[in-house]
Order: sequence, then structure tokens, then C-alpha cells
Amino acid sequence: MEVVISTDKLTKKFGDFVATNEITFEVAKGEIFGFLGANGAGKTTAMRMLCGLLKPSYGSASVAGFDIEKQTEQVKQNIGYMSQKFSLYEDLTVKENFRFYGGVYKLKRQVIDQRLNEMLGNLGMLNVENSLVASLPLGWKQKLAFSLAMLHRPKIVFLDEPTGGVDPITRRQFWDLIYEAAHNGVTIFVTTHYMDEAEYCDRVSIMVDGVIKALDTPENLRKQFETDSMDGVFQLLARGTSTK
Amino acid sequence: MQTAISINNISKHYGEIQALKNIGFEVEEGEIFGLIGPDGAGKSSLFRILTTLILADEGEAEVAGLDVKKDYMTIRQRIGYMPGKFSLYQDLTVQENLNFFATIFKTSIQENYHLIKDIYVQLEPFKKRPAGKLSGGMKQKLALCCALIHKPEVLFLDEPTTGVDPVSRKEFWQMLKKLKQEGIAILVSTPYMDEAALCDRIALIQKGEILKIAPPENINQVYKGRLISVKSKKTYELIQALRALPQVASCYAFGEFLNATFKTDVQAIDPILNELKQKHFADLEWHQTQPGIENVFMQLLSQSQADDSSIKAQKR
Amino acid sequence: MKTFLAFVKKEFFHILRDRRTLLILFGMPIAQILIFGFALNNEINNAGLVVLNRAGDYESKQLLAKFQNSTYFNLQDPVFTEAAIEQAFKDNRAKVALIIPLDFGKNMQAGNEQLRIIGDATDPNQAQTLVNYAKAIIADYLQQKQNTNTQLPITTAQPRMLFNPELKAVYQFVPGVMGLILLLVSAMMTSLTIAKEKELGTMELLLISPLKPFHIILGKVAPYWVLSFLNAVIIIILGVFVFGMPVNGSVPLLLLVTLIFSFASLALGIFISSKANSQLVAMFLSMFGLLLPTLLLSGFIFPIENMPLPLRIISNIVPARWFIELIKGIMIKGSPLSLLIKPFLVLCFITVVLTIAGIKGIKTRLS
Repeated sequence: MEVVISTDKLTKKFGDFVATNEITFEVAKGEIFGFLGANGAGKTTAMRMLCGLLKPSYGSASVAGFDIEKQTEQVKQNIGYMSQKFSLYEDLTVKENFRFYGGVYKLKRQVIDQRLNEMLGNLGMLNVENSLVASLPLGWKQKLAFSLAMLHRPKIVFLDEPTGGVDPITRRQFWDLIYEAAHNGVTIFVTTHYMDEAEYCDRVSIMVDGVIKALDTPENLRKQFETDSMDGVFQLLARGTSTK
Repeated sequence: MQTAISINNISKHYGEIQALKNIGFEVEEGEIFGLIGPDGAGKSSLFRILTTLILADEGEAEVAGLDVKKDYMTIRQRIGYMPGKFSLYQDLTVQENLNFFATIFKTSIQENYHLIKDIYVQLEPFKKRPAGKLSGGMKQKLALCCALIHKPEVLFLDEPTTGVDPVSRKEFWQMLKKLKQEGIAILVSTPYMDEAALCDRIALIQKGEILKIAPPENINQVYKGRLISVKSKKTYELIQALRALPQVASCYAFGEFLNATFKTDVQAIDPILNELKQKHFADLEWHQTQPGIENVFMQLLSQSQADDSSIKAQKR
Repeated sequence: MKTFLAFVKKEFFHILRDRRTLLILFGMPIAQILIFGFALNNEINNAGLVVLNRAGDYESKQLLAKFQNSTYFNLQDPVFTEAAIEQAFKDNRAKVALIIPLDFGKNMQAGNEQLRIIGDATDPNQAQTLVNYAKAIIADYLQQKQNTNTQLPITTAQPRMLFNPELKAVYQFVPGVMGLILLLVSAMMTSLTIAKEKELGTMELLLISPLKPFHIILGKVAPYWVLSFLNAVIIIILGVFVFGMPVNGSVPLLLLVTLIFSFASLALGIFISSKANSQLVAMFLSMFGLLLPTLLLSGFIFPIENMPLPLRIISNIVPARWFIELIKGIMIKGSPLSLLIKPFLVLCFITVVLTIAGIKGIKTRLS
């Protein structure tokens, strides 16, 4: 098993507040890793540190074999990122968005155009190439944002609540994309508030107040907490602490 | 029982886009009525029409027995509203927000304390904290308190739990159940299907049209085909394999299982899956399940999408 | 009334908790008045003066001593050729040059002194002013000479600058800055706060409350009315105590005019906010729709009399123009209302129109 993310006592403090408290875990290549937790449990902070956007207070982590503190640039070359809030420039066309990001990652124009064509073909959206992003439905935008995050063929993709607010079919179609990417060896690191989506992950970690309280396959977690769904697991772990 | 909300043939356009198409339904006193649909389905537009914030292009609606167009000033005093995005003053503290909304509704926190007590005790430790610094779940609770402070007859909650973690969501719904017992009618929208099951009745809405109205426990009666839960370690390959079968209408991931809808009779299913098990998926297991709200919604969605594309095809 | 007070209280919380707002509210007026008062002074002191003295006689030295004694000029090393004068201008050693011809003393007694003044017109206004200063000094000297030397009475015009004998620029800036600040604080801040509520979504909640839309606006406006009035008082105090502005006219009238003008500005702010759904749009509208016209067309910086006709016509609808006229009249000239009736009535009229437009702009629903 090839390890692509590994952290060792990764910690971030903001003043007196400990956002993430000595978290240690590993993620294997091609794994879909669900990163769950209540609002304010420290998910975003941890994710930002792994993406090289935030320096840890102490502890260390390596992503795609690079140290997140010392080799930030290499880390960034090897990861893709997509969040619900920021996806694409609304006032640019799909192609313009892809060319811009491709340019950021120093891809040649022919390469960008070829990959864009491939991706749009897979999504069945070839005709939107020259449409303004603003004119597309939310579900399409999210699929495009995911493709965009994959444009430079990263080893790991970080998805921050990628499926908020879309209809159940689009949500499933989005997960089809995730499965496909994982099948091709891309590691997926995903946060979500939909507990049924947690079941789709290979392994799931649940963070409570900056600490990883549980980490296992959904099946083992259900057995361990003697409940029939991930929702049940989450309720048992997070209850009582989230109201603080 | 009295009718709290009655909607008749409401339509609304924004330029070319039809946000609502001939919407009509009624909500009774003490009923929790859920509007279930994705972003852009027209839920917020309907909320704004009923809360008298915008006017419909066509049709009539009554809230608490009053016309939304003529009697808007009276309606505004008798309803509570939680808009889609967090709409409180971020720079005011919890208590200042609550006091402000109590005062502008010409009441005080004490007067209707019994209504908000359960929620407020959870907020009390943070009453001096600016609202902008609360966690998502706490913000939601504060917003509910502010919407409840004047003891409204009808409560409008536009996606109150979007982006809130599952624990806070569960607590939020427990509060709604209590309010229902006070006789308050609640119209609530949500993109979460699991919350739909907690409503008395739900309307599935997509692209401005209501696809179906029914109590959540009856909604699966319209489901077409037989639903089978299937499971294997090789999820991705299994989805592809099932979708490739001519007998399968659709196949989607559902929790730990895949949900495959078979067009064939029940007896025909086992042989098909047995064959699959022998060929590729040694660990394959399956059983028949009852369709849930999400299954129904997805089926209705894909039907309306298919209708749309056939209309478009005809136009060409 | 209780709801209204609650609203005003909330508004003060917003203002007091946002350092940026506070800075704009109180930092800006003080900074502006000090900048305009001290830095943007159009009086010129210690300008370099080079002299090409071809006479070198007693009278020419007397004249130069007079230049030496004035605070306007700073005498540089003398030069001996006209080319050297140009070099002095290029080196920025001098802004003005004086050429005294041979036989200056003799010629002067014959009434033909033939002095030449050369100004560096890179900055034409400055050159004009300096040349005028120089002329005044020379005229003064000649007159002195004639008085002592001859018994002949001669007639010269004796200019006297009424109301502002020292020609202080502050007299021009204080009323202008007052107009500008009141307009910005009132119009920009109200339109910004209303747009902010729309952006946040709290406007929806306010609209569905029993508050009438008119009350919402009134609650928004009241704190800013108080604050802008406070600002006006600060500016007047700064003008009087730091820059020695007089208040020759009636103080109550001054305050009344200030109140009316800030009300007009608030109405403008409400009107803008009815057109703007975001703080950004509100900001742009108030910047380009209000700040620039006020700065350029109110007579604050450029005299209205010098404008081409179309601009002069437009300046009539700029409320700050009438406000500045009124303030100058009251503070500097000490005129009573009866003499200022025209600008006063025009300002009142504009205020009424803006208030009506503002109220019309208030909506009972979203969009």
C-alpha cells in the first residue's frame, strides 16, 4: 500500500484555541477518505494545513511525499482542490476557466484543450465549452469544478463539501466522478455533511473538537458503535460536544 | 382544523426564467409541511411570495386567512421567517439581536419565553458573543429564536439546516416538533431527504413545479419498478456492471448499498444477480427494499428531465 | 417610539463596533480640514528671487531692502546676465527675477523707472501671484519715494480686501470641506448601511416585521443626522480655533442651515440606496454621483463664475453650492437671513425635492 498523505501529531493553535489537536493518520493511494466532523470541529483548518495554506503550530505532515511546511510548492503541484464556495469564475466561459487554470499549472495550451475535450466528453457536456459559467446549472458547475481540480492530473484531490445544495441525482453523478477518479488511482480527501455520502468512502475519520475520535471503514464503525448507519455513528460521537 | 396557508395557482417569472409554475397546496394549523427540492427549484421564491416580500405574477395566496397582496402589513405581524442565508446582525451579540427583534415586533423576550426556552438555554452561555462568531448550528438556533420571539401563527423556514452538521440538524428538528404542538404551522424547505421523513406532508419540487404532494410514509406508492439493494467491495465496477444490464432502469449509490431499480418481475431478479455473482463479484449480496423519499424524488426527477428533453427534441 | 429607539440603539452599536466607520466618520473630517487648512495653502512665502542689478545705486539698494524685508521673497545671490536668470529658473533657485536698469535712481525721479519683472510661468497661477506681489512692493516703494521727494500729489488706487483682508485660503476651504464632509457622511454612510442590510439579508427580516418601511428608513437616518451635525460642529470649531475663521453672523442660523443641508444629503443617501443592492454599488454611486460634482461644481475649488455656461447651469442643482454660499455669507460676512434669502430658499427647495424622491424610493417589498 502506497501512502500519499501521512500526518504526525499535526496541531494548529489560534491563540489559546486549539483548532486541530495532534491528529495522526495515513491515507493510501486511490483511497476515498471521508473527513467528517461537526461545524467548527477543525476540519477546514486541517485541510488548509494539508494543502500548504496554513503552517502547523507543531507536528508534521507529508502530502504526495512532500513535507507540507518545507516543500509547499511541490505539494501544491500534486494536489487539486475544490470547495463549494469557490469553484469557477462565473464571468468567464468554461474554456477560459480551464485555460486559465491550466496556465497556472504551466500546462501547454494543446494539452489543456485536449484534456478539456476529454473531460467534457465524459460528462456529456461538449456543447458548453464556450458558455459562460454563470449560465450553467449548479450541478453542472460542480462537475466542471471537479474536472478543473483534476486538470493538472494531481495525485490527491481535496473536496470541501462538494455536493451542498444539489439534487440527489446530481449528487450521485458527482460521486460517480469520484469513484472513477479513485478507480484510476487518484486519492480523494472529502468532507461532507451528508451521512449517506460517508458510506461511500473507503475509510472515514470523525473529528470532534479538534481530535480524531474515530477512524475506520464505515462498516467497522457501524459495528463498533452498534448502529445501522453512519448517521448513528456520527450522532453518538458528536452529541453533547457540538452544542458548546 | 384551520388552514394556515393556502396557495392557488401561483406563478412567478424572472425575465425568461419561470421560477414557479402553477403552484397550489394548503397547509393546516399545527402541520409541518416540507418543500423538498434542490437549489434553484423555486423554493425561495415561493417563500418570498408568502412572506409578502415579492408579488406573484399570477394566482392568489392566503396566509393566516389574509391575502398576501392586500393584507401584507397584517400578515407581516403574524408570521415568522428565517431566510435562506443567515440574516442576523453579525456585529450584535446574541442578546442584542434577540432584544432588537423582540422590540421591533413590539414584544419582549420575557413575554414569549416559554416558546424559545428550550433553544435559548443552549444559547444563554454565549449571550454576550457577537452573532458572527457563533458556530453554524448556534447561528441557526439564534435565527429560529428571533423568528419565534413574537409568537407567530405561521413559521417560514427557508433551508434552515443547510450547511449545519447532522447533530445540530437533529436538534433543530426536535424543536420544530415542539412548535408544532403549540399549533404553529410550519412551512420548511430542505435539500436533505432524511429531514423530509420528519414532516407531516411533503411536496417534491423541481424547476418551479410540484412533482408530488403526499405524507412521507405514502410517497413511495408512486415508485415504479422493484428496488434492490446490492453490495460488493468493488463498488465502482458494480455500478458500471449493473447500469450495463438491460433490465436495470437505474443504479445509484445509497449509503452502504447500491440501489438498483429493476424493470422486470421480482422472480427474474435473482437469476440475473446470481449470474453476476458467479462471473465477477464473489462477495455480491442483495435484498429487496422499500423505496424511500430520496428514491422517489430521484425517479420523479429523472422522469421530469426525460420529459424536458423529449419536449426539447420535439421543438427541434 | 420604543421600537424606534431600539432601532436607533442598534444603529449606534453598528457604528461604534466598526472601527472603519468610526474612522470615516470622525477621522476624515479632521484630517481633511487640517490638510486643506495647512497643506493646500495658496499663499506663497519665501519664493526665490534673483536680481540683475545694472544700476547698483542707492535707490536700487533701497528697493531691494524692501524686497528683502517682505516674507514673500527670498533674495538669491545676484546675477549679472539675462542668461543667468533663465538658468536660475531652471535650477529652481528662483521663481521671479527682477531686472533693474542702469540709472534707475535718475530715471525714477523722471517718472520712468523701467523695471522689468520676469516670472517663471511653469505654474501660471503662482507666477501671476508672485508678479503681483512684486508689483505691489515696487509700487509701495515708488509711492514712498514720491511722497518724500516731491510735493506733487499723485492719485493711486488703494485696494482694500473686505471680510478677508489677509486673503486667507482657510476662509474658502472651511465652508467647502463642511459641505463635502456632511454630504459624504450623510449620503454615503446611509446608503452604505442600507445596502449592507440588503446584502446581509436582514432587510428581509425588517420588512416582514411590523415596522413600516418609512420607520426603517427613519431609524437608519436619525443616527447619521446626529453624527453629521456633530461633525459640522467639529469642523466649525476647528476652523475658528485653529485657523481663526470668524463667525460674524448668527450661530443659530448657521446651525439651522447645516441641519437642512445634512437632511438633504440624507435624503440623497436614501435615494441612492433604493437604487443600489450592494455596498459596492452604493459606494460607487455616492463617489461619482456626489463627491465629484460637489468637489468640482460647488464653487469649492473652481469659481462658478469662471465655468462655461452648461456647467454653471448644472451647478445650480448641486446642493453644496448653495450651502457653501450660505455658510460663507453667515460666517464671514455676517449677513442676516434676509440677505441670503435666495440661496436659503433654493437649498430648502432642493431638500424638499430630494426628500420626496427619497420617500418615493422606499419600497414595501423586495425589488
